[in-house]
Amino acid sequence: MTRRPPILSILIALIGAAFFLVPLIATFNFSLRMKRGELSFAAYRSVFESDTFLSVLSFSAVASLMAIVLGILIVVPTAYWVRLRLPRMRPVIEFLSLMPLIIPPVVLVFGYVRIYGTSSILPLTMTQMGTNILLVIGYVVLSIPYMYRAIDNGMASIDIATLTEAAESLGASRLRTIAVVIFPNVQSAIVSGAFLTFSISMGEFVITSLLNRPAFGPYLVQMGQDFAYQPSALAIMAFVFTWVCMVLMELFATRKPGQRLLPWFVRRTVQKGKL
Amino acid sequence: MSFLTLTNINKSFGANTVVRDLDLTVNTGEFVSVLGPSGCGKTTVLRMIAGFETPSSGSIRVDGTDVTALPASRRKIGMVFQAYALFPNMSVRENVAFGLKIVGMSRAQIDARVSEMLDLISLGHLADRYPYQMSGGQQQRVALARALAPRPNLLLLDEPLSALDAQIRTSLRDDIRRIQQELGITTIFVTHDQEEALSISDRVVVMHKGRADQIGSPAQIYNHPSTGFVANFVGKLNTFDAMASGTDSVAVAGQNIAGLRSTAMPPGTPITVALRPEALSLARRPGDDLSLPGRVLTSSFLGSVIRAQIEIAGQSVSVDMFNRSDAVLPVVGEQTEVWFARHDVLILREVSP
Repeated sequence: MTRRPPILSILIALIGAAFFLVPLIATFNFSLRMKRGELSFAAYRSVFESDTFLSVLSFSAVASLMAIVLGILIVVPTAYWVRLRLPRMRPVIEFLSLMPLIIPPVVLVFGYVRIYGTSSILPLTMTQMGTNILLVIGYVVLSIPYMYRAIDNGMASIDIATLTEAAESLGASRLRTIAVVIFPNVQSAIVSGAFLTFSISMGEFVITSLLNRPAFGPYLVQMGQDFAYQPSALAIMAFVFTWVCMVLMELFATRKPGQRLLPWFVRRTVQKGKL
Repeated sequence: MSFLTLTNINKSFGANTVVRDLDLTVNTGEFVSVLGPSGCGKTTVLRMIAGFETPSSGSIRVDGTDVTALPASRRKIGMVFQAYALFPNMSVRENVAFGLKIVGMSRAQIDARVSEMLDLISLGHLADRYPYQMSGGQQQRVALARALAPRPNLLLLDEPLSALDAQIRTSLRDDIRRIQQELGITTIFVTHDQEEALSISDRVVVMHKGRADQIGSPAQIYNHPSTGFVANFVGKLNTFDAMASGTDSVAVAGQNIAGLRSTAMPPGTPITVALRPEALSLARRPGDDLSLPGRVLTSSFLGSVIRAQIEIAGQSVSVDMFNRSDAVLPVVGEQTEVWFARHDVLILREVSP
């Protein structure tokens, strides 16, 4: 008996795929048509030739990296401590970590501007550096739901409590345990969290725009208002960038200790040992 | 000479007291097992010795020093966990070297000690493997080597064999005992498996509801259990409801048995007497001086042992006899006499459930 091919399923899958792919292909196609009558990368060239593009890109990159570092410093010890000593607090912390998804960024940034504005005891918005710090903090807040989840899952996959006890029984101090045992074992989770933070921060618009920072998000919107082809080129590049981030995340997440980053380059085959 | 001394240890988590009035003295080089069902407090005892829990009251002394308030990292203990707990990001070699690096040994010394330890567990050829590339038994051996490498004062084993399958469990059990005796290291071993505890220990602590019911050699624990719980938990047991009829006699199944170990009970008190299945026989053996009439319910041939269920005074009783070429299988339904020796009768302090 031969099975009928699942035509209906294939059809639904194709429609679903088209839903995502058609706009992407259309945008890509449009971005290549800056020169009339031929396909070229002129729009991309024009984007890269702009000084503003490079300056906003590097500003956003630096701000995102700062956000990653700050996020790791806040989330790793918190997640570790909650899992080790305050397991009952875990639902509370988890709920708190979701708050940034519930509170709209507009509300967040208006709150910042009121609290850290001219009449505050900590008038961060009065200086360039202060505003930049506020921006980084805003990025950290936005990325915390993702960062916390990534790192907490990473810690769930190893037995934090027993590994900590094993290290302590061998004489390791708490700090050494975190640095030598815990950190390397959640490294891949930290890296995934970092990539997520990076891709959120790079394109962030609301906070960046309302704090009036010269970053990539507002630039993208501005370009959209002023030009025809360049925004499409930027959108495609942002899309490719996101995908590269996803692939790198996957690579780090599935890597095993003792393997190189690209396991298919490793010739050595290791078989599971038998006693 | 006592090396580890626990004095009057109590431990409560909130309103829940898990260890009560525990006193234990362990000699240098001794292998002591803490045996009990889950929830009896045995792991908590080990964790207090290790320094992962602090006793609510009482003191712990190691080699004459009070360590009760000392953090785990400064107690110089080697601990092996049920879940292996090898560091996943480190190779076997790095795992074993971990404790040595912390005490600041030189590289050459570390290398020498690591290969010595790996030889001890016969896994030298796997030094560059990672934990995820090894079987459970191999991982637990590495965990043992890691714990022993810094030459700890005490070796603490927290159900190290429970996650392994039967064959490896036995071979690793024998390895643990061999290595322990070679190094002469004082060892505390926590287990819920009575066979494990009896087979490798110098002494066994049987714990029940947070108390040490009995502390003694494996033979004492098995042959002279002091409570009904110990008797039931360690080995199989037939129990009979009986009545004390004198200071050294009981009435059981309509017979008066005298000349027992003292019951220390006034006549008329209900007590429990017990007999191990292997203390009973359907044929009279030399030394057997008592018998009870019964009827064969079932009989099964298990190779080295013939096991029969006999009904005595309305109660089903297990009888184990060694198989010999001339042994006759009991016939179901047949009337028989169950023989035993007076000194094999166990008198249990409390009425068993």
